[in-house]
Amino acid sequence: MEIREVEGKDIGSIMLYALSTCPWCKKTKALLNSLNVKYSYVDVDLLSKDEEMEIEEELSHWTTQMAFPTLIINNETVIVGFREQDIRRTLESMGA
Amino acid sequence: MRQFTVEEIRQYYEDLKAKTEKSGYRLNPDEEYTLGIVESLLTNEERYGYQLCPCRLTSGSRQADLDIICPCDYRDLDLAEYGRCYCALYVSKDVTLEQLSGSIPERRNKKQQQESEKPQQEAQNAEGGIPVWRCRVCGYLCARPNPPEVCPICGASKDRFERFSLK
Repeated sequence: MEIREVEGKDIGSIMLYALSTCPWCKKTKALLNSLNVKYSYVDVDLLSKDEEMEIEEELSHWTTQMAFPTLIINNETVIVGFREQDIRRTLESMGA
Repeated sequence: MRQFTVEEIRQYYEDLKAKTEKSGYRLNPDEEYTLGIVESLLTNEERYGYQLCPCRLTSGSRQADLDIICPCDYRDLDLAEYGRCYCALYVSKDVTLEQLSGSIPERRNKKQQQESEKPQQEAQNAEGGIPVWRCRVCGYLCARPNPPEVCPICGASKDRFERFSLK
């Protein structure tokens, strides 16, 4: 599965589930880039059906509905949607 | 995947803008942002054969995705409540910067999704008489044996219509 790693300051595990076509996902990537943190992301719309179902299963542990972008931080904090202040506050509290 | 040229995207944007304004709606005035969404719509049309909402994942078929073909069934509800659609391609007249600053909740749920998978147009007219059809995009109603090929108000395709009854 195509999970991309983006280099930056390692402040913990940051996983972004995104769509390649979605403007809010692009804004989320841009925000993470500007904060200069290390993170991983996957563009779910570019996956095969099987891989997509894997992601669906993975995400179902966190949220009741698949929506993008979804950020999972340190396997405990879930932020659905581009919520700039929430994302900033959470990452800054981790040392971003 | 085919890449679209700046000119192609611009041309599609201008056409969409004219069509949108003619029917009383408006596009997000942030041109750079809107051009990005237009590019995604064109990409999705290439990919799936229809303009799937760029902010949502396909369920694998046009029938299953009918409610999230742009403009989606939820646009007008989101315009009324949040001043913009889910992607913020469409905005209301008095949308605020605050309303455009982030994502809004997903209105679509699995149940609606499954409902939209049911072919609406096979419904028989049990009561007799002429059935009424409702455009799921803009709410246009018409009484005729079958829905029109395209909605005369918003241009949505025939398969976006559902049977309408007051019950």
